[in-house]
Amino acid sequence: MRKKARYVNEDLCTGCGSCAEKCPTPAVDTFNTGIGQRKAIYKYFAQGIPSVFTIDAPSCRQLGQGKKCGVCAKTCQAKAIDFEQKDRMVEIEAGAIVMATGYDVFDPSVIPEYGYGRIKNVVTALEFERLLSASGPTAGHLDRPSELTLEKEIEETGKEVRKLSARIKQLEEKQGKTSDEVISQVKAGASDEPLVEWAKQAESLAEMQAALAAMNRKMAAATTAKKLAFIQCVGSRDFRFNRYCSSYCCMHSVKEAMIANEHDREVHSSIFCMDLRAVGRGFEEYKLRGGQQANIEYIRGRVAEITEDEAKNPVVWFESTTERHVKSEVFDMVVLAAACVPSAGTARLAQLAGVELDTNGFVKTDPLMPLATTRPGIFVCGCAQGPMDIPESVAQASSAAACAAEAVIGAQITLKATA
Amino acid sequence: MAEQIRIGVFVCNCGSNIAGYLDVKALAEYAKILPHVVFVRENLYTCSENGINEIKAAIKEQGLNRVVVASCTPRTHEPLFRGTCAEAGLNPYLFEMVNIRDQCSWVHMQEKEKGTTKAKDLIRMGVAKAALLKPQEPIQSEMDPRALVIGGGIAGMTAAMALGNRGYEVTLIEKSGELGGLLLKLDKLAPSGADAVAVARKQADLVRRHPNIHLLLSTHIDEVNGYIGHFQVSASTNGSKTQFGTGVIVVATGARVFRPAGLYGYDGEKVITQLELEEVFKSGAFAAKNVVMIQCVGARNDERKYCSRICCMVAIKNAIEIKEKSPETGVKVLYRDIQAYGTENEALLQRAKELGVIFIKYDPARPPRVEAGKVIVHHDLLGREIELPQDLVVLSTPLVAGEDNEAISKLLRVSLDANKFFLEGHVKLKPLDFATDGIYLCGNAHYPATVREAVSQALGAASRASIPLSKGVMSVEPIVSTLVDEDACRGCGLCVALCPYGALEIVRGEKGRKVRVIPVACKGCGICAATCYHHALSVNSYSDAQIGEQIRAFLEESA
Repeated sequence: MRKKARYVNEDLCTGCGSCAEKCPTPAVDTFNTGIGQRKAIYKYFAQGIPSVFTIDAPSCRQLGQGKKCGVCAKTCQAKAIDFEQKDRMVEIEAGAIVMATGYDVFDPSVIPEYGYGRIKNVVTALEFERLLSASGPTAGHLDRPSELTLEKEIEETGKEVRKLSARIKQLEEKQGKTSDEVISQVKAGASDEPLVEWAKQAESLAEMQAALAAMNRKMAAATTAKKLAFIQCVGSRDFRFNRYCSSYCCMHSVKEAMIANEHDREVHSSIFCMDLRAVGRGFEEYKLRGGQQANIEYIRGRVAEITEDEAKNPVVWFESTTERHVKSEVFDMVVLAAACVPSAGTARLAQLAGVELDTNGFVKTDPLMPLATTRPGIFVCGCAQGPMDIPESVAQASSAAACAAEAVIGAQITLKATA
Repeated sequence: MAEQIRIGVFVCNCGSNIAGYLDVKALAEYAKILPHVVFVRENLYTCSENGINEIKAAIKEQGLNRVVVASCTPRTHEPLFRGTCAEAGLNPYLFEMVNIRDQCSWVHMQEKEKGTTKAKDLIRMGVAKAALLKPQEPIQSEMDPRALVIGGGIAGMTAAMALGNRGYEVTLIEKSGELGGLLLKLDKLAPSGADAVAVARKQADLVRRHPNIHLLLSTHIDEVNGYIGHFQVSASTNGSKTQFGTGVIVVATGARVFRPAGLYGYDGEKVITQLELEEVFKSGAFAAKNVVMIQCVGARNDERKYCSRICCMVAIKNAIEIKEKSPETGVKVLYRDIQAYGTENEALLQRAKELGVIFIKYDPARPPRVEAGKVIVHHDLLGREIELPQDLVVLSTPLVAGEDNEAISKLLRVSLDANKFFLEGHVKLKPLDFATDGIYLCGNAHYPATVREAVSQALGAASRASIPLSKGVMSVEPIVSTLVDEDACRGCGLCVALCPYGALEIVRGEKGRKVRVIPVACKGCGICAATCYHHALSVNSYSDAQIGEQIRAFLEESA
């Protein structure tokens, strides 16, 4: 096994976080699904265990870009930063192996008609989960991605405006005349190169200021998302991508709609589904409660297309099969319940471990021996063997442990008998 | 000199679970002015590694000798925080938890101000009690390394095998005269296509031959006393009584198929249940030309709100079997939502459609009507009624809780849910454990499950049960009743009669008849302490003085 270098000594790091506070290099926050930023030295998420920081080498000025930096090393009182750390090969001997490698979320950008990646306010359920989270990039407020982008644009434009206006102010003070005078001079025919340039800059400043004001007006008028659409079976139960049902997405959409409504009682959610699969203890009751108490409407129908209107609102085109006609409806935000797919490394790991995969690319098991892979002594639990919810994964984890223990103890008994 | 009380208070945001509805900053400020409080910290998640480290650091650096965490529920998090105190060298019973989430922020979501006031009251009470807490030592007790599995269906047999294979002695009790449970009544299993009876018989043979499994058929449990590591079980087999001890108990008592008396003209012949259809398959007498199946019969209604999880798959499995036996037979499935969750189930649904099974969605407000030779249903998608010819109607009925569940839940003192299925300790994190230590659950006793799921849960329950079994010695919580004033005890025995756990007895000693507590059997319920006229008994960490102080603090005008 290769243990990747984290460039931080795990035994010394206390997780205090002053390195990340001082680190000058921002990077994309992968835990928050790319919404917002973190530093190049980071902890994946707040409750991560062990509570130890890691340097994201490609983003790091010193490790990735070959520049001089080392701010984190200077800041760290525990002297835990180690730029020289290397990947390590680790060998262990084991009597049994449990594969619990989980799953990936299907990338919905391959479904062009849903506009994911193109329409800002169409997000995946996991991205929405981060927006809902108190420790997420919006502190739990349902700020729309279009407004988050606008916010960034305002910040950047503001910076440019401040820079340019300082430069012009300097000129005005130095030359003792106002920009308006210069503009009239140039309009009157003055062709002196510095003056023309000054006038040009002054005009572009005015334009930028107007644009900034417009953006600020737009921002001031923006509210958090109130009208949500959840679209089920995105990439699952779809013969183009995955034929299977991803099992947990109906319930997570209901849950997210419930939480959104708890955060803001004005939130209304429409869940578009073929079948609403609420099959666990209390699930059906939860679903009904969502409809009765949390402004959730369940609409039977597969969404055909999502377009965008001028205000960046997604427009959902669908046939309500129970009403039997095609409709379109404008939402503030659309949440895609993207399929559960085998994690990227599954095929390679299966090859290394010598276990077979099923036709969907998950680790193959026998319905009557649900934890056993095709190779004795290797067991699999959780979404590595197919989509399932948390209680089932947790139960399976215990089961896999039982199988592994039995395999090891059985092997010990056999060894003793043959010794 | 009396110890100087130094209390640290940690107020948790629980993300937005608390901070979204209460003013956590105000709570932290408020805690600072409470008596004996020398340190206050507000955490985003007190249970995160950061939060835990802050508690440990504060104990050491601030010399805290009492810790109060105001956060979620002790049911899930008290052990963690107690452990944290212990790791920092503080007796874990000098810890007090205040529940400002489940009992405050969650129930007062729309009342920030009043909720915050209530949370202040709760914190003030917790701090008041904490000041009077006394250190306790856990009670050690030996572990009986044997296991009891209740129920001889596929889940019970699998759990018994798993524990037996690990080398533990297992008693498997089955109330009927045969191992196999519901499987004995089924024809084939999906998706394997295996013969259900053969699967059950094969497992039953392994169980019977297993040297570590002691099998008791036709046996009822009469009484269970004791606690983890020391259960005493009385059972009767055809009238003859047996008694034995066990360290752990696995509940695998299964469920029953709902009998739809009075629904859709159910008569057991022309209108039958899926289970009866499987019996027809097994007898080889299947000859229908037009089958109509109706889903959610007696489920997802006002009386039985839940979805029984497996009935859609049972219908799909049987529809496929009909089409494979007799391709010309028409099969229509009238459904509300087809619950073919996961990879295998969805593949079976697609296979059924390929074989020509027709699925028709109906609206529960306009349910199908079964008439002579036909079923009339309002087709939700066509928007009108259609007539389906039929010579056999098959009703998909839910699994309902076992008839003995209430009796067993009383014997074991474990909980049932609203539908009388057994209730696990934590829906996500402890799906196979009961809230009571040493008792585990799996299979249909918990909730309707496929064979795959039941087997998986059974292995998991065995795994959970093997954890205490492998330890040899158990540590029991010292929050138990104590005879604090021997002279006050008159030996009246009122408490002995009322104790639900048999944890008290009267002994005659030098001072005459006095009560004695069996600490390992005591659950700390406090009935004895509340009953004793002379205040001779008290529950550790819940003494009259401690609770009195909490009440006094509550009645104090909040600042």
